[in-house]
Amino acid sequence: MSDIETTAEAPEETQAPEETEAPAEAQPAADDNQPVDVAKIQSILESNLGARMRTWLSICARCGLCADSCFFYLAHDKDPKLSPAYKIKVTLGEMYRRKGRVDRQFLKQAKEIIWGQCTTCRRCSMFCPFGIDMATMFATARAVCNSQGVLPAGLARTKQNIIESGNQMAMANEDWIETCEWMAEEWGEEVAGLEIPVDVPGAKYMYTVNPREPMYYPQDVGMMAKIMHCAGESWCVPTEGWDCTNLAMFCGDKAAAAIPVRNMYASAQKLGVQYILMTECGHAYRSGAFEGPYFLDIPGGKPPVPVKHSVQLFLELIKSGKIKIDPAKRLKEPATVQDPCNVSRNAGLWEMLRELSLLLCEDFRDMNPNGAYNHCCGGGGGFIPMGPEYKRRRMQSGKVKAEQIRATGAKVVISPCHNCFDQLGDLNKEYKLGYKVLSFKELITEMMIVPEHLIPREEDDDDAQGGEE
Amino acid sequence: MRELYEFLSGTGVWIAFVVFTGGLLARLAFLAGLSRERDKVVYNHFDGGWAWRSILHWLLPLGSVSFRQQPLFGIAFWVFHAGLLVTPLFLGAHNQLFAEAFGWSLPTLPDRLADWMTIAVMAAIVFLFARRLARPEVRILSTAWDYALLIIVLAPFLTGFLAYRQIGPYELMLNLHLLTGEVMLVVIPFSKLGHLILFFFTRAFIGSDMGARRAIEGRLGARTW
Ligand code: SF4
Ligand code: SF4
Repeated sequence: MSDIETTAEAPEETQAPEETEAPAEAQPAADDNQPVDVAKIQSILESNLGARMRTWLSICARCGLCADSCFFYLAHDKDPKLSPAYKIKVTLGEMYRRKGRVDRQFLKQAKEIIWGQCTTCRRCSMFCPFGIDMATMFATARAVCNSQGVLPAGLARTKQNIIESGNQMAMANEDWIETCEWMAEEWGEEVAGLEIPVDVPGAKYMYTVNPREPMYYPQDVGMMAKIMHCAGESWCVPTEGWDCTNLAMFCGDKAAAAIPVRNMYASAQKLGVQYILMTECGHAYRSGAFEGPYFLDIPGGKPPVPVKHSVQLFLELIKSGKIKIDPAKRLKEPATVQDPCNVSRNAGLWEMLRELSLLLCEDFRDMNPNGAYNHCCGGGGGFIPMGPEYKRRRMQSGKVKAEQIRATGAKVVISPCHNCFDQLGDLNKEYKLGYKVLSFKELITEMMIVPEHLIPREEDDDDAQGGEE
Repeated sequence: MRELYEFLSGTGVWIAFVVFTGGLLARLAFLAGLSRERDKVVYNHFDGGWAWRSILHWLLPLGSVSFRQQPLFGIAFWVFHAGLLVTPLFLGAHNQLFAEAFGWSLPTLPDRLADWMTIAVMAAIVFLFARRLARPEVRILSTAWDYALLIIVLAPFLTGFLAYRQIGPYELMLNLHLLTGEVMLVVIPFSKLGHLILFFFTRAFIGSDMGARRAIEGRLGARTW
């Protein structure tokens, strides 16, 4: 599943780096001697040189306070070259210092830093006396590299998918809808009358997913249907704009990053739904709720339709009693929850994660640090889809997260983010931690009480032993 | 020496103040203008409460999580900044000059206290200098200019201290004190020391962006302090 999703940690903050167009054939590793388009680089640097960028570039006090905040630095015995300020200095700082006159060799080295040593998780900004937004700066550096076709091959491929098909896995809309139909049928055996409504005008929720669900984990779609159906929610899935993820965001490619959000917002507006509901994915939420409006230059910077993350809905449903959890089925094993950077620090849902975890687990143990101060799992910012080439590094920098989990003794790690999910799974193997990774929807579908009237009647059941006694 | 003193204590001071204030204001005006067009995100999500807390916590001694992780640095840093601002502004001798020049002055610190504060500032600068050299993650970032700036800031304190104590040739010390003080003022708007003003803006931005911008529709905002 490596080529899949991305989710989690922090993308480029705030607004999209201005302007960045993919070269038509996103050929990641062009030859070193191939010239770079200096004028293009200069125009990207120039258009991003606003008041904040100028200020950040000029007032960094070189105090080093940001170093300890970064898990790359911590995971590598405090290698000073991994401090956020240093990584900026030798990449974006150099680009500006040389006024964009850099060569391909330089860009390739920069690539290893801006993608290979930063997940744009934004933790460092909380520890810098000036609150310098390193993630936005890295995003700009990514935009520069991307404009010259210098980006990790895995991301380049994914971006191409988005440009060509509108979703990161180039899945046809018909296949998506077919998966929904198939899941509705399969899960209909468990819940009477279950369906996955498609394109329902005026529905309350339009549910969007990470394409890896229909592609590799179709059961995730079924689980959501079970929850929505049992809660009696008004919902639907769209035929178009169903991919809430946005890997182009991690490429620093504003034009490509605008595609999935545009499709998603358009469907939601056309259907007139109240909310765009998102699966448990971190970067998708960041893209849809916070950055998307900037990819599309929407005045005011807010999405046209409010965006809700699954955990928000799950908590509402359980608290309101629309979904009842069977107390006997609550998780007995020690469990912890992963704070995906783009769900917690960058989207303010960390308390909800805990409330929900406490409702579902008997032995909940928090990691330290946690909440807004969590450490990135190491798979964010595009790292997971960057593929095998970067896997070793991903495992090394994930040491911080692995140690955090080990310290809790948890046997279950709940991950409300697809990207963290993959990274936590890999860390589990690498560091022999012996836990299971589960999503909230898996836990909830397991533990929920299906209302009496939705329990399929025996006569509908093929296996039933003839009429009831 | 006498003419030099006349110049440094007259025209020199005026030039320094004009460049200092004018430079800072010009930098600010330029950035403000630029931001209207290129930093819409700042205006879209600005929130006074979050901005203010984001500023205040970083002004209080050890008011931020970050400084609490390095308390020694946090304290040296605070003493340095507080001393740097307060000592020259409320020094008796300076206020006599203010009174002569503008006909008004500020309340003054007892000389003994000012003396101690000067010593504290100098000690803090020595500490910051040593920290820059000693900690690998700080050393690797540091340029010659970063060390030079510490010395530029140290110089007026050191010379003022020596002049006050009448250590060394008094007139020379006084001239050096005026000169280095003026150099420091002139450097501020054109260096990272511009953070004297810009700090408030970057903090207001990040406080609002990571806080208020997320803290809607039932979500929380992350505290950047
Ligand atoms: S954004 Fe996260 S990964 Fe990147 S430098 Fe900052 S702390 Fe490190
Ligand atoms: S904490 Fe901020 S000011 Fe200090 S070195 Fe890091 S980026 Fe620069």
